[in-house]
Amino acid sequence: MSDVIIQGPNVAHTHEAHGEHHGHEHHEQHFITKYIFSQDHKVIGKQFLITGIFWAVVGALMSVFFRLQLGFPDDTFPIMEKFLGEWAKGGKLSPEFYYALVTMHGTILVFFVLTAGLSGTFANLLIPLQVGARDMASPFMNMLSYWFFFLASVVMFISLFVQTGPASGGWTTYPPLSALKEASIGSGVGMDLWLVSMALFVVSSLLGGLNYISTILNMRTKGMTMTRMPLTIWALLFTAVLGVLSFPVLLSGFVLLIFDRNFGTSFYLSEIFIAGKALPNIGGSAILYQHLFWFLGHPEVYIIMLPGMGMASEILSCHSRKPIFGYFAMILSLIGITVLAFLVWAHHMFVTGMSPFLGSIFVLLTLLIAIPSAVKVFNWLTTIWKGNIRFTVPMMFALGFVSLFISGGLTGLFLGNSALDIHLHDTYFVVAHFHIVMGVSAFFGMFAGIYHWFPKMFGRFMNNTLGYIHFFLTFAGAYLIFWPMHYEGVAGMPRRYYDYNAWESFRQFGDLNEFISIAAVIVFFAQLLFVVNFFVSIFRGRRCADNNPWQSPTLEWTTKINPGHGNWEGEIPEVHRWAYDYKDDGNGNDFIPQTVPLKEGEEAH
Amino acid sequence: MSGFTSIVLTCLVFFIIYQIAKASELAAILRGEEKSKAQVNRLMAWLLVAFFVLGLYGLYECHVYLTAPKFMLPVSASQHGVQYDSMFTITLIVTGIVFFLTQALLFWFAFKYQSTEKRTSFFYPHNNKLELLWTTIPAIAMFVLVVIGLKNWNTMTDEAPKDAMVVEVVGKQFNWIVRYPGADGELGKRDFRIINDVNNVLGQDWNDKSNLDDIVLQNGELHIVKDKPVKLIIGSRDVIHDVGLPHFRMKMDAVPGIITTMWFTPLYTTAEMKEITGNPDFVYEISCDQMCGKGHYSMRGTVIVHTQEEYDAWIKEQQSYYAMNNADAAAPAENNAEHAVDSVNVVTMK
Repeated sequence: MSDVIIQGPNVAHTHEAHGEHHGHEHHEQHFITKYIFSQDHKVIGKQFLITGIFWAVVGALMSVFFRLQLGFPDDTFPIMEKFLGEWAKGGKLSPEFYYALVTMHGTILVFFVLTAGLSGTFANLLIPLQVGARDMASPFMNMLSYWFFFLASVVMFISLFVQTGPASGGWTTYPPLSALKEASIGSGVGMDLWLVSMALFVVSSLLGGLNYISTILNMRTKGMTMTRMPLTIWALLFTAVLGVLSFPVLLSGFVLLIFDRNFGTSFYLSEIFIAGKALPNIGGSAILYQHLFWFLGHPEVYIIMLPGMGMASEILSCHSRKPIFGYFAMILSLIGITVLAFLVWAHHMFVTGMSPFLGSIFVLLTLLIAIPSAVKVFNWLTTIWKGNIRFTVPMMFALGFVSLFISGGLTGLFLGNSALDIHLHDTYFVVAHFHIVMGVSAFFGMFAGIYHWFPKMFGRFMNNTLGYIHFFLTFAGAYLIFWPMHYEGVAGMPRRYYDYNAWESFRQFGDLNEFISIAAVIVFFAQLLFVVNFFVSIFRGRRCADNNPWQSPTLEWTTKINPGHGNWEGEIPEVHRWAYDYKDDGNGNDFIPQTVPLKEGEEAH
Repeated sequence: MSGFTSIVLTCLVFFIIYQIAKASELAAILRGEEKSKAQVNRLMAWLLVAFFVLGLYGLYECHVYLTAPKFMLPVSASQHGVQYDSMFTITLIVTGIVFFLTQALLFWFAFKYQSTEKRTSFFYPHNNKLELLWTTIPAIAMFVLVVIGLKNWNTMTDEAPKDAMVVEVVGKQFNWIVRYPGADGELGKRDFRIINDVNNVLGQDWNDKSNLDDIVLQNGELHIVKDKPVKLIIGSRDVIHDVGLPHFRMKMDAVPGIITTMWFTPLYTTAEMKEITGNPDFVYEISCDQMCGKGHYSMRGTVIVHTQEEYDAWIKEQQSYYAMNNADAAAPAENNAEHAVDSVNVVTMK
């Protein structure tokens, strides 16, 4: 059905390319079209992943720098001066750059790693392979999606090096702070670059999202009905829907901010006296920006969570050798989360002075999200119940994902309830909550996915021993770092403070901050272990001997070990059953691939 | 050691670790892949159990250590805060039960159903009754939490009592300005266009007579009275700030261009709180809780809760900002001339 899509020189020859040698000398296809301006969804997925890993290392390193400041406010670290130059003169981070680091850490991790790096990677890799398509609906748009992301990355990276520093108003960049150069040094050129980069990012995300949706809806292979799709695909579908519907609103917010910054409009500015003079702007609303921002900002949380949920569902089921429990309930809960995701944004704004009545509505809608989330957790638990669990590295991360999702999700019940938020808002409780749930938990989903599909991506395995070490260090480290932060938040300790020493109410946490910082540094190095494992395994990892190393029934494992552009040689296989038939096939296997027709008398799911 | 060498060394160390890990894996294959897989599986199952047990112990230790009075806020200093505290406890119990239950099931199932040669998994794709059950139970729990939450939210955000004292708090980079209405009980009009940092920090309109007796404090001190409701009129001169009152469990943004409000009733004077906490340095603090620029972390104010008599004595000593300003009239003439020019500019700009 989709043969048309893969014209070009790439089809016939690619499979011999990954033979014994890694070179590209004997290739029909040029290096540039194969690896750089590639239209092959698998290569684009890898490009997203590798760019994501680069950003993850940069973003994590930033957190190490500001954690050093928070943990050891009275010490100096000459090594920081090596990295940051003037911003850390004598090894002491300046407040301006502390805020820049916090801002960039948030922006990078939320958008560049956990949005582009996560759904960019797995939507690209998995959608065509799991629905049975030769490529995306528009491979060219797909390529553009990556290159817009790349451009956004370049602009953001440049902004780190401008003289006045990168944006420093927090990843949410609330105006007027972000709109006025007088308000903060980071609101100069750095902020302009931030806005340009984010605008490019939105374009990338839309190009990708439209492609994901149309591929899933239109290009499924014969027999692949919507209800036979793996949950990964369902999750990636709703992720894309969320992105397509909410990113444009964010862009509109950014455009207005660009106008306020550069063209003298007053969308967000009103009655401001700054740097010794009164500004002419009257009648704008600083709160308008927050509405526009959080209209994306909240769905964004689910853009980050859903791919992990989908992959965890798939992996928990596969490595427990047991179908996912409540397939339809899982889809319904995804739908519930997706719809509610658009209706809860103002719970980030309970204390902005918005109407308390409106606040009440948002409390109700926010806590409703707990219901589909709880359904998912119970279904995951029932999935592993009475399973036959293989503790592979991806399985460990999927289990960790569930544990962290529970821990981080439950604290949402505090923050979503406005009467509690009125105290906890913008304290470390919030930091702990969202780092556990959409930071570490989403990362665990991503790691699970990487370890699970690495053989599909590179025809090799990642090293297991390192994988287990990586898992336990990260799992323990995440709890050690973020669990105590809840207590700091309950004690009212505000987030985004450079130094707490002057505060009678918060300085008692000095030792604890030191402890957290040490844990954070250790976890950072544990992640480098992953990075090394990832890159070395691409070339040196144990070779995959079997098409289907995890014995999974889904379609991507019916391709050969290193599939070329077009995925299947010959016909695309036809699908006859759902993705979770983990039962005796009569030949001693405990699963039946989707491509096997139903036996006589066998009931379809 | 230069940055470069340390990076190279780090890389080298990582590479060596990788090689060792790889060797260990090869050795495992030599020993027999199936057998070593089974061993690893058992080991991981036990490690998860160990993680769970150690984790629970860690949570307990962490809780005991961090809930010591040294770390946590003292008893709530406002009536709203008392409601907050009880609601926090209820939510903590509800979520705590769910937390321990689900985490225990997760780790228990993982251990119990670890792969063995004999085991086959149980094909169990769905059960609508179970789904219904665990949709309904969270729904009921949420309903309870929402009802409690909204009840408290409504009292906290309700109109302030009529007899509440009114104080204005205005944020600027990076401190708080506090204004009292003075004897007439009314805050005069403000206009940001006539602000100047020398003698009119809030832009008070001197044509408005009710401004003349307003008292302005620039040291970030908010003086209020025990057991007397206080309503804060909150504004900002430049960017968004937030009046954070951790001891009162309250918080409200200060947004340029709009006025926000918040009210509460203090329950303990500063002196009483010093006794309660046993800390002679105790002070109620106002923290800025909305990122406002490089000095955000130092945007500190204080709240001083008096008894009525103390407050009356204190306020009697305060001079109105206008009076202080007029005392300034004796200052060098050029200074005044400059201000005059300023306001002329501002007026033409209008």
